[in-house]
Amino acid sequence: MTTPGSTRTRPNWRSVLIWTAVSIAGAVAWGVIALVRGEEVSAFWLVVAALGSYAIGYRFYARFIARRVLKVDDTRATPAERLDDGVDYQPTDRRVLLGHHFAAIAGAGPLVGPVLAAQMGYLPGTMWIIIGVIFAGAVQDMVVLFISMRRNGKSLGQLARDEIGPIGGAAALIGVFSIMIIILAVLSLVVVNALAASPWGTFSIAMTIPIALLMGFYLRTIRPGRVIETSLIGVALLVLAIVAGGWVQASAWADAFTLTPQTLVFCLVVYGFVAAVLPVWMLLAPRDYLSTFMKIGTIALLAVGVLITAPVLQTEAVTDFATSGLGPVFAGKLFPFVFITIACGALSGFHALIASGTTPKMIQKESQVRMIGYGAMLMESFVAVMALIAACVLDPGLYYAMNAPAGVLGTTVESASTAVANLGFTISPQDLQAAADAVGEESLVARTGGAPTLAVGMSEILSSVFGGDGLKAFWYHFAIMFEALFILTTVDAGTRVGRFMLQDTLGNVWKPLGRVGWKPGLWATSAVVVCAWGYFLYAGVNDPLGGINQLFPLFGIANQLLAAIALTVATTVLVKSGRLKWAWVTAVPLAWTAVVTLTASWQKVFSDDPRIGFFAQRERYAQALDQGEVLAPAKDLDQMQTVVTNSTVDGVLAAFFASLVVVIILNAALVCWRAVRSAEPLPTTEAPYVESKLLVSAGHVPSTEDSVAEEDRP
Amino acid sequence: MTPRRLYGLVRWYLRELTGETAYERYLERHRRAHPGAPALPRREFERQRTDRGDEHPGARCC
Repeated sequence: MTTPGSTRTRPNWRSVLIWTAVSIAGAVAWGVIALVRGEEVSAFWLVVAALGSYAIGYRFYARFIARRVLKVDDTRATPAERLDDGVDYQPTDRRVLLGHHFAAIAGAGPLVGPVLAAQMGYLPGTMWIIIGVIFAGAVQDMVVLFISMRRNGKSLGQLARDEIGPIGGAAALIGVFSIMIIILAVLSLVVVNALAASPWGTFSIAMTIPIALLMGFYLRTIRPGRVIETSLIGVALLVLAIVAGGWVQASAWADAFTLTPQTLVFCLVVYGFVAAVLPVWMLLAPRDYLSTFMKIGTIALLAVGVLITAPVLQTEAVTDFATSGLGPVFAGKLFPFVFITIACGALSGFHALIASGTTPKMIQKESQVRMIGYGAMLMESFVAVMALIAACVLDPGLYYAMNAPAGVLGTTVESASTAVANLGFTISPQDLQAAADAVGEESLVARTGGAPTLAVGMSEILSSVFGGDGLKAFWYHFAIMFEALFILTTVDAGTRVGRFMLQDTLGNVWKPLGRVGWKPGLWATSAVVVCAWGYFLYAGVNDPLGGINQLFPLFGIANQLLAAIALTVATTVLVKSGRLKWAWVTAVPLAWTAVVTLTASWQKVFSDDPRIGFFAQRERYAQALDQGEVLAPAKDLDQMQTVVTNSTVDGVLAAFFASLVVVIILNAALVCWRAVRSAEPLPTTEAPYVESKLLVSAGHVPSTEDSVAEEDRP
Repeated sequence: MTPRRLYGLVRWYLRELTGETAYERYLERHRRAHPGAPALPRREFERQRTDRGDEHPGARCC
């Protein structure tokens, strides 16, 4: 870390030596992972390449952006200082705020995407995660955080309306809402696929509800405010629930917890509704504490595991699927689909919502946007690298037996073994069964969605450090629990945010609906949001072509679309504030994500290949249906009809998302053009300069006086 | 760094991160803004703090 302050110091030799060493280590690691072929490559090199690149990106590029492009000014009071109300706005220690911000941005996304992208090999995914975060993802997060901070913490929607105009603002709002729906559906689908026919997993996840309720009541009535103590009790009960899942699986209760995907969809939709209308203290708040503790703990555990075991990557650097586009996990070639599949971890538009929400209202000093915005995103990217490692240390045969759609693999280990052989990989039925037995599952065939694959990979890594083969089943279910916990928290919080947006918008039409305290309005809007994502979830579960295969690209397109909106806002602000010469900092990633998103949507809409193009797919199945034929993997005419309906809806959505991006970018281009042509600079939307009186120490002494030295107030 | 200091650091961090210190900060602030006026008891303060979440939903990322 560097010393704050903007005075240029003479290069000091120690620092030069250290940075030279970091660069060499990073370059050697990149050399190994990119060039070594036909030999075993250790995951250790991926970690070194990532950490080396992050260090250089943070030290040089992020500093350049902070000083030259954003011109952060520590003499300027932040909204946290100016508007300090002890509630929304309050200056918060930067390390604490980094923790808050990281907990809010990190979720299941960086864990799932890289696992699916492993079908193209470890190299494309690694490169995109690392290069993408340094030049796009972390830049987006930091710049949006800065822009919002300078405007008293305005949300992305408000920023889009103020900076681009009413059309851009409306498009952004519609974009955010529809993206939320797709994200909730896809994440729920991941949970359904992880829990279907798994009494162990289903029992332990179900137990998180009473555990959270218990914590909620404990915090509310017995020990108000004692969060650490409550969370420790919760985590202990959670571990007990995971262990107990194994007992349940072996007992007569197993049947009661062996649920079909369809039943799970029903349970999740009901859960989503109930959780979203209950007061936050009962379920959401305690759940959030639990998932934050689990998140940070598990990620640290996995990092230790990867560093100690340094597992060997089993996947090829670049597989044939990267060029043929025939991969079973998701269809399409490396470009653009790797960049769509790995969204979170490299560039995630969703983060712009967090970076323009709570965080900017709590920053003490402007220069801290670098550590909080850029730094937290680097941490998330590292999570993605570890998820990729966990997927790539698996035997490819097992990977495809778990991740190809059920329609391709069939239901037995024999049929799956044959199907995997057809893809060009091998796994014997015995080995496949043994892998399932080792983690305490009935079967691992077609456990799509990424979560089970990651869990198997994590159980390999963690069991070789902690506990040996005997604990594999525990670690597998620990990992499933860890992911499902995040996702259920996201589902709950996301449904609330979606409802809030809906209430806000509908309140303009009919006043009572806008009142957050009016119960019927609350229930009705919650039901609408839950049904919206529930529809896509149900469609995904019943899709013979595989819900993940069909829906994940939409999820990626939606997330990158949001990134395009955020980067458009950022670029517009840079241009309008007279920083045209630095606008490339956000304009280049914007151009990249626009090209990726639009190419992917174009292919999803217009491709003639029925595996990729939604409408080509619809055409093919509709024609067959007219003649009463059944095309594999559909098994009957009903399933044929399902495919036709789903591909129509998905195709329309892909086209819709793409047109939103185009509208926003064109509108922004117009605004930028006016700004450049205008003789006088456009009026600024920043809050006026107020001199900062806040003293912030750079030390590490944990005391409250140290972090905030308050000035006297009237 | 001594183990004692490390423990202090971890404890400080966790208390700040989870918001356990919010009440102390509130008392401090209250004492300064309204000297002499009775402050909310912890139970009531934590209630109000948590219930704000009902009206201000915060997004969690994917």
